[in-house]
Amino acid sequence: MSATTATAAATTEDRSGAEVLLRALTEQGVEVIFGYPGGAVLPIYDALFQQNSIRHILVRHEQAAVHAAEGYARSTGRVGVVLVTSGPGATNAVTGLVDALMDSIPIICLTGQVPTHLIGNDAFQEADTTGITRPATKHNYLVKRSEDLAGVVHDAFYVARSGRPGPVVIDLPKDILIKPAPYTPAPSTPHRSYRPVTQPDPARILEAVQMLKRSARPVVYAGGGVINSGPEASRLLTEFVRMTGFPCTNTLMGLGAFPSSDPQFIGMLGMHGTYEANLVMHGCDVMLNMGARFDDRITGRLDAFSRGSKKIHADIDPSSINKNVKVDVPIVGDAGNILAAMIECWKQDDTPINKEAQTAWWRQIDLWRQKDCLAYVQEGKIIKPQHAVKRLFEITQEMGRETFISTEVGQHQMWAAQYFGFNKPNRWMTSGGLGTMGYGLPAAMGVQIAHPDALCIDIAGEASILMNIQEMGTLAQYRLPVKVFILNNEYMGMVRQWQELLHGSRYSESYSAALPDFVKLAESFHAKGLRATEADQLDDVIREMIAHPGPVIADICVDQKENVFPMIPSGAAHNEMILAAGQQGGVAGVTDEGKVLV
Amino acid sequence: MERTATIAVLVENEAGVLARVIGLFSGRGYNIESLTVAPVDETRRISRITVVTTGTEMTIEQIKAQLDRLVPVHKVSDLTLDGAHLQRELALIKVVGRGEHRVEALRLADAFRARVVDATPESFVFEMTGNAEKIDAFCALMKPLGLAELCRTGAVAIARGTRHIAA
Repeated sequence: MSATTATAAATTEDRSGAEVLLRALTEQGVEVIFGYPGGAVLPIYDALFQQNSIRHILVRHEQAAVHAAEGYARSTGRVGVVLVTSGPGATNAVTGLVDALMDSIPIICLTGQVPTHLIGNDAFQEADTTGITRPATKHNYLVKRSEDLAGVVHDAFYVARSGRPGPVVIDLPKDILIKPAPYTPAPSTPHRSYRPVTQPDPARILEAVQMLKRSARPVVYAGGGVINSGPEASRLLTEFVRMTGFPCTNTLMGLGAFPSSDPQFIGMLGMHGTYEANLVMHGCDVMLNMGARFDDRITGRLDAFSRGSKKIHADIDPSSINKNVKVDVPIVGDAGNILAAMIECWKQDDTPINKEAQTAWWRQIDLWRQKDCLAYVQEGKIIKPQHAVKRLFEITQEMGRETFISTEVGQHQMWAAQYFGFNKPNRWMTSGGLGTMGYGLPAAMGVQIAHPDALCIDIAGEASILMNIQEMGTLAQYRLPVKVFILNNEYMGMVRQWQELLHGSRYSESYSAALPDFVKLAESFHAKGLRATEADQLDDVIREMIAHPGPVIADICVDQKENVFPMIPSGAAHNEMILAAGQQGGVAGVTDEGKVLV
Repeated sequence: MERTATIAVLVENEAGVLARVIGLFSGRGYNIESLTVAPVDETRRISRITVVTTGTEMTIEQIKAQLDRLVPVHKVSDLTLDGAHLQRELALIKVVGRGEHRVEALRLADAFRARVVDATPESFVFEMTGNAEKIDAFCALMKPLGLAELCRTGAVAIARGTRHIAA
């Protein structure tokens, strides 16, 4: 190459791969990256050091980086971005990636890789990242040529947020990050092969609306797809449910899509759903599934699931339709578009509404509601975990602050879902599909980064919280005032509950022995530690926790024997729920076939 | 009720695309009876995968929907469902033997329109194309005559008539 062409090539366009990467991220609107440095990604960290448009949050473990990005994404509707190094950095991120895949959270995970000439040589900190993450992501890329770099980044963002959102990995060999790379802006042309359907078929909409108008016992069952579609979809769902007068139930992932304070809300459904929601699902004649996937926690025993109903299933992912449950009217599209079309069609169509039957349906629902399935008795000194969550909800309501709740996984998660009310979407972050213990603290951290003035609370269990406890360090470093509200029953509560109900009360390895002193633990991480051991201390601890301007761990010592009810035992049908003692006698028998299920 | 489906999948000709398709089948517990892949459009970088699978109607519908949502997949077509189609595979069949067996093998190969592509005083390699049943039948006949080695491509398939699929 002659001297003149070499000079011409070294223009401002001719920057290192790492700089081109950051430029592409900036064009995609990225403001925050959650990451952890290492050898293979040093060029990216060097480029980050020399710019101000993207903020980097240093986590303490790569799994937490992904969960933090999930919290960020789920609370804002934006794509969460993660940066980890090669080898162990990438493998540590895998749990978070699968979590995001199961719950359809848009994530971009940038992983370092050994230089291209060393790939396949078992080099230091080499792992086959694209091989390992293939079933853990919606899609993944290995950038082998500098000229592909910017295009791959734009492509990855499009894939992560389009259709059913999900995590996308971009594996970046170190030489690609160092060598100059050309920049290409995001393309304006449609993607070559991936073009999900977002607008519903009007014929299906009409069919669905007429079926719903003629129904005698309808129900709307809404899931995370409504949340993923954006806040407008939740508004449209609320409008649709109110204009139809139908009962509405939300899945665990859908909490907040329809306001919990609305009289037409019949609670969450499924394994730990309300008595009324599950019996409505069991007894309905037309079911509208809006953005949920007939997951096994929802359906219970499949061959007994809502046998008498016609089913309408609206989903952006055609593979969700007829996967578990055969449906009568499939509608492929974005929940917001589908709801807008259904509202319009409902107004236009003159099919008479079966008013009389629906009034009778509501009378029946009110009878089921009278069972008051979430009732509990708080008496004496021992704090009931349900009471702790309920008081937390009531006190945050009184204070009127914008509140975001994350959870870990287990009994506390279910109590949070049952007793904390959500009236808006994007306020509830929980690991639904994968059930990842250790999700809540980093997720709350990501939420707090996105909403610095909001109240972010991780409702936790004493076992789960220890799985990512190191993130207390991140809270301290960035002064993130996240509140960790531990329902401490000294047991892996959900494991203990199943052992009690299904395995003859043989509590094999489910006792949380040798727990740390959470108050001292908080203090050692420069946070405030609080503890409530008796019922009359609870409110003061909650108020003090919220009032404190920095991070807090509140160790709420609760009844060790409490179980989550109602419960549809594994392998049972919706009408075979177990209720809390005093509401219904005895425990239904669980067959070996049922025990096989998780 | 299980059925067999021959599915044509047009994909981006890029690294890892075959692993995605195979991983989908193994990860979700679907059957692969046979699978073939080769580039079919060099300029547009398109490859065609033909996969033969069995399952219930619901499973086959799932397989197609799961394939279709892979990012590098352009088009999924169920040839079995969409109408009449041609299905062929290629086999190379080595038969080792002498005397009467050798004569009989050659006679049967002629009847089945298998071509002799290699011959020594003690062996033949036959090349044969056809549907799976025809190749199965020929191999069964070769077994007592000294069938020593067999390799088959798996099925490729295309719709009859003017109907065609494009990316």
